[in-house]
Amino acid sequence: MPSMKLAASALAIAAASATTVAAQSRDNVQVAGSSTVLPYASIVAEAFGENTDFPTPVVESGGSSAGLKRFCEGVGENTIDVANASRAIRDSEIETCAENGVSDIIEVRIGYDGIVFASQQDGPAFDAFVPSDIFNAIGAKVLVDGELVDNPHTSWADFNSDLPDAEIAMFIPGTKHGTREVFEEQVLLTGCEDTGAMEAMIEGGMSEDDAEDACLDVRTDGGHSVDIDGDYTETLARIDANPNGVGVFGLAFYENNQDALKVATMSGVAPSTETIASGEYPVSRPLFFYVKKAHIGVIPGLKEYAQFFVADELAGPDGPLSNYGLVADPELAETQQKIADEVTMGESM
Amino acid sequence: MTDASLNGAEEPRRRGSIHEIDARTRKRNAREARFKGYGIGAILVGLFFLVVLAVSIVSSGLPAFTKTVVKVEFTMSQEQYDEAESTLFKTAAYSDIFIAQLRDTMEEEGVEVAFDEGSIERLLGKVGGTLREFYTANEDQLGQPVTFQLPASSRVDGYFNGRVTREGLTESRFLELTDLDLVDALADAGVITQAFNWTFLTGSDSGVDNPGGAGIGVSVVGSFFMMLVVLVLALPIGVAASIYLEEFAPQNKFTDLIEVNISNLAAVPSIVFGILGLAVFIQFMHLPQSAPLVGGLVLTLMTLPTIIISTRASLKSVPPSIRDAALGVGASKMQSVFHHVLPLAMPGILTGTIIGLAQALGETAPLLLIGMVGFVARDYPDGFVGGFTEANSAMPAQIYTWAARADASFYEKAWGGIIVLLVFLLLMNVIAILLRRKFERRW
Repeated sequence: MPSMKLAASALAIAAASATTVAAQSRDNVQVAGSSTVLPYASIVAEAFGENTDFPTPVVESGGSSAGLKRFCEGVGENTIDVANASRAIRDSEIETCAENGVSDIIEVRIGYDGIVFASQQDGPAFDAFVPSDIFNAIGAKVLVDGELVDNPHTSWADFNSDLPDAEIAMFIPGTKHGTREVFEEQVLLTGCEDTGAMEAMIEGGMSEDDAEDACLDVRTDGGHSVDIDGDYTETLARIDANPNGVGVFGLAFYENNQDALKVATMSGVAPSTETIASGEYPVSRPLFFYVKKAHIGVIPGLKEYAQFFVADELAGPDGPLSNYGLVADPELAETQQKIADEVTMGESM
Repeated sequence: MTDASLNGAEEPRRRGSIHEIDARTRKRNAREARFKGYGIGAILVGLFFLVVLAVSIVSSGLPAFTKTVVKVEFTMSQEQYDEAESTLFKTAAYSDIFIAQLRDTMEEEGVEVAFDEGSIERLLGKVGGTLREFYTANEDQLGQPVTFQLPASSRVDGYFNGRVTREGLTESRFLELTDLDLVDALADAGVITQAFNWTFLTGSDSGVDNPGGAGIGVSVVGSFFMMLVVLVLALPIGVAASIYLEEFAPQNKFTDLIEVNISNLAAVPSIVFGILGLAVFIQFMHLPQSAPLVGGLVLTLMTLPTIIISTRASLKSVPPSIRDAALGVGASKMQSVFHHVLPLAMPGILTGTIIGLAQALGETAPLLLIGMVGFVARDYPDGFVGGFTEANSAMPAQIYTWAARADASFYEKAWGGIIVLLVFLLLMNVIAILLRRKFERRW
């Protein structure tokens, strides 16, 4: 039977190629992590492929935590070289990394990103927020008339008459996103302190840590707060479908969709690259990527990729990253030096 | 008795002519007519949704196949080339030189609308990559005028296909209202035109700030190599397993267990195979990440149960008399299976295989974990083996990636990608039908 022979030889080829592949070394840089960093990484990766003799790096998405988890799986060609993160690596993650043999990590800060609150162009006038508004809208327990109660608010006007009388419907990043952590710390916690809810919790017998945790609890009733585990495009689609929806976006995403979204000021400051760089706009966070030092010299182009990423021509104020919405890091020169010297975390410069 | 009833003058149970329809028959006929009506209704509803789907896909996806290009003559001198090549970010240097020269040309030509380098920059897509690729390959063209067709920016492209309008425009650093006057003037002069987007069909993924350079071609190749792996592995293994189970295996608890497991495997969510692929093929066997080979292996696992189940069904449908006749004239068990049963079952097997392949072609979930979903912008693979081992994406993964991007132009690309995917599927089905016809004619 010729078809049998064909099948047998095909199997043999497949088996043979599988073994040769296993012996072959990987020639491209492999990156995974934050979906906020992904756009910047894709710009850099494309330019890196066009401008150097190295192949274009592969950049996967999936969220900061997922990326760092894969980063910490171990050392070797079957693990990723770089993890993108929209938050700093946690101590627990550094420990996991160390347990799996990933002890030398180079931390690279590429710049800053603002977190903005935006709603439909034609929706109610959500023009100005302060952290307390957001906390009152979606906190699990809020302070009403001096009493700590389960969040009773259904409309924004319930707690702030300046806000529109519209149903509360917030779309916030899910817990696997690094953006969530920034949102919790800089908006919810601040709001919790500002409204006095935190004080009330501590007076009610909670320790300070417990109170902080309780401040970050988000209500689960009535769909007033929805976790979005996907990308900002999902949030945008939800906002499109709900005129009362208020979504949490990265500044760059908002700027690319200004025709569809209107942005709210936070504590009276409108988000822009300038207000974020100057620190006036209160909700922003640094963006990072982490490099496995053990892979430098093994994976071709890894160090070059890291250096290319933070070069003035790319991550500087006039570079393509900044043009896309990244707020350039004023201390970029130090970061460049750090990569050149391969300074790992824990080592002083 | 037969005679009596044949000759019987009276037929007591039926009165009246058979041409006259009685109430009960009428009721029965009405029921039949109603059922036919339901059937036609169901088909019409199905057709309606099909049309809605097709129209929405085509209308959203068509803009991806045209692009707005800036058609200009450009001359690069040897000095400019050397200077650009000596920088770190070479493509940006090319782009700057291009923009400066375009500005000079426009000033000479006397374009009436006000413009500056900023507005030219906002008008153009990313041009550096194309320019550098051309000049590094054709150094002899330095110093001579070359006509380039370079992509316009995504917003200018949107202005031409109706996504961006003057009324709905929010001015930003990406596009200002006065830029549109310039665009109109240049369009009248024939500098900005619409062209068929070959890049979309032949190119690879591009960075988020370069929608004009994005293409699905390379991921089509990735999908093709994955399907090749699935076909080469799943078809022989699946058919061999089903022939053994159906024709040779003894009926006992062990084979029952295998059968139950195969049926269960067919219902396992595809993401599970992705996790398996990550653990076995990448972490244990050390196969490369993001490689179509691994994607193909994972999809093979996913497709095998489908192929086995459909192959067994079509083997079962071959009448036992064929086997008995073959055995009766002295054929061995093996001869009866391979000479008689298998050819008869072939059309069914092919249908099952194509359905399995089509399912695998559209699958994204198992690829998520093996690194094929994300920004994978590679050149076409190097040779046949490279097609299996070099990092690549797949069509559904590419569509998914584009749909998640901030720039609305990528959303069009995602729909365009769906059209390409559907064409691919249609081709596969046509091949299946042709093959089936060929096999059927033999018997």
